Amino acid sequence: MADTVVGATPDPHASGEDPSRRDFIHIAAGAAAIGAVGGLVWPLIDQMNPAGDTLALASIEFDLGKVEPGQQVVVKWRGKPLFVRHRTPAQIAAAIKDDHADLRDPQTDEERHKAGKAEWLILVGTCTHLGCVPTVGGGDYGGWFCPCHGSVYDTSGRIRKGPAPKNLEVPTYAFLSDSKIKVG
Amino acid sequence: MSGHSTYEPKTGIERWLDVRLPILRFANDTVVTFPTPKNLNYWYTFGGILALMLGIQIVTGIVLAMHYVPHVDMAFNSVQRIKRDVNYGWLIQGMHANGASMFFLAVYVHMFRGLYYGSYKAPREVLWILGCVIYLVMIITAFMGYVLPWGQMSFHGAVVITNLIGALPVVGPAITTWLWGGFAVDDATLNRFFSLHYLLPFVIAGVVALHIWALHVPGNSNPKGVEVKSEADTVPFHPYYTVKDGFAISVFLLLYAAFVFFAPDALGDAVNYVKANPLVTPAHIVPEWYLLPFYAILRALPNKLLGVIAMFGAIATLFVLPWLDTSKVRSMRYRPAIRLWYFIFFIDCIVLGFCGAHAPDDLVIPGVSGLQLGDANLNSFVWLSRFAATFYFAYFWVITPLMGLTETPLKVPESISEPVLSHPASAPMGAMASPEKRG
Ligand code: HEM
Ligand code: FES
Repeated sequence: MADTVVGATPDPHASGEDPSRRDFIHIAAGAAAIGAVGGLVWPLIDQMNPAGDTLALASIEFDLGKVEPGQQVVVKWRGKPLFVRHRTPAQIAAAIKDDHADLRDPQTDEERHKAGKAEWLILVGTCTHLGCVPTVGGGDYGGWFCPCHGSVYDTSGRIRKGPAPKNLEVPTYAFLSDSKIKVG
Repeated sequence: MSGHSTYEPKTGIERWLDVRLPILRFANDTVVTFPTPKNLNYWYTFGGILALMLGIQIVTGIVLAMHYVPHVDMAFNSVQRIKRDVNYGWLIQGMHANGASMFFLAVYVHMFRGLYYGSYKAPREVLWILGCVIYLVMIITAFMGYVLPWGQMSFHGAVVITNLIGALPVVGPAITTWLWGGFAVDDATLNRFFSLHYLLPFVIAGVVALHIWALHVPGNSNPKGVEVKSEADTVPFHPYYTVKDGFAISVFLLLYAAFVFFAPDALGDAVNYVKANPLVTPAHIVPEWYLLPFYAILRALPNKLLGVIAMFGAIATLFVLPWLDTSKVRSMRYRPAIRLWYFIFFIDCIVLGFCGAHAPDDLVIPGVSGLQLGDANLNSFVWLSRFAATFYFAYFWVITPLMGLTETPLKVPESISEPVLSHPASAPMGAMASPEKRG
């Protein structure tokens, strides 16, 4: 630039209007602005996700001793109903019998309870269709029936009929002792 | 906002203001001298009714917010307290709750008016789309408002609708959790719904401003569907349409008042008088009447994702209507062939509403057992909603484009004034060509 002859050929660099430097400054400024806006927008979006204390309250303990065979107890876990069902041998047998039936979301009964604890079925009590709470004992399979749009679950909580796409969800849980579980 | 202004400031203060903030000029050009087609009928009064309803919802809503407590433990009781203990709370709450229904009633009339008279056709496409945006935001606002009293239907309605988004592949569950702000519909959800329910009506007000701006560029359409040709075709908005709109508003308010004072709960669901219980779902979940047709479309399909797509598609279809209609003739007055389909479409929407109100497996004709077709009984509301939903889409995507290409429209009048003077059917009795033939 130093040896440019001013006036000889019209040189865009002469007046300091180096196009590539301009472009660089434009792009850099634009990128910084977009970055700044993006950096601000994300907190505004993410604030709506579950807060720290909401996540921290996420596990509960439950004493199974209260549930008689054939009964179901509903407890609130993470704001949702949790089904704790004490299955009778007949209900377990019915579930195993259908392990290889034509299932929409194929799973064996074995995969849906803890090993050796077939009588205890622990499920998230929200219909996998649109989240209503199915009623226990209803439907053709003696499992659950969802009143909202008619989904039918069997005694293993597997979807058998109606619009729901998936089996009732088995939450993460563990047996703390023979009669106590920790969910979440 | 467009064209020439006829405003002449009369006093010194008006002149002073006019060169600084010409707000009086604006008001004058918008609602006083605005040249309006002289043949607008009562179907055209619903725009004004809608503006009034929006105002009523905002005013009553702000008052309710002074007494309402957005907390899962207190929301239900605070609304009951407003109804029972707050001075005139019963009136203000009743006006707001029934006002939403009246607002939707008016918007549906307004939209069906637009469909019939072809108000969405060039050059009013943007006007129409802004109307559709208003309608969409109205739906979202009404849905969130319905959650606030935290009754059983509020709660489980919110669960069902937010779960719809979970049907989206991959991102669905993350978005649902984000909307909830937790693992279920809970306090966080209630609070953000309250915040947004307060905000969105003001967004609507902003879009209404754009809507009216877009209206004032081409001017109103009219029942004949021909553009204004000369000043002889128009009258000034005031006093002609201020009075006509005023009369229509009065009649509309009578109906509104009848609900508020004599049947405040007629349009609501009794189940919502039970406080929300996340562990028990009511036997029968239904939305408010104005959303029933979409709910029916949602449930018509056996697959969750497809149901959600169809429901949103039903609204999205409205946005593209200006490009689906192939006919150059605006008003259906001169399109007898499609007019028939239009009335069937109207009935179809009502049928969809009925389907949405019933459980899917209920029998349409009681006592007739019907035959099983696929996954459901042919005589059940599932199948009725399938047929009705199919017709809904066929009307827009098949009938509307095809009719424009195949029908023979009647002769469209030259101008708005012309048929008044020369068309025998619309001429006054005394001017009949041969009055003696009229028994
Ligand atoms: C809060 C809601 C709304 C308000 C306050 C509103 C207000 C108005 C007003 C004051 C007019 C002029 C008077 C009239 O022609 O009736 C108008 C015209 C119009 N509106 Fe709306 N509107 C609303 C919603 C909608 C919706 C949902 C649609 C359709 C999807 C729509 C479509 C139209 C069209 C196409 C016109 C032009 C009518 C014509 O001149 O032919 N509007 N609106
Ligand atoms: S929510 Fe259970 S069937 Fe729809």
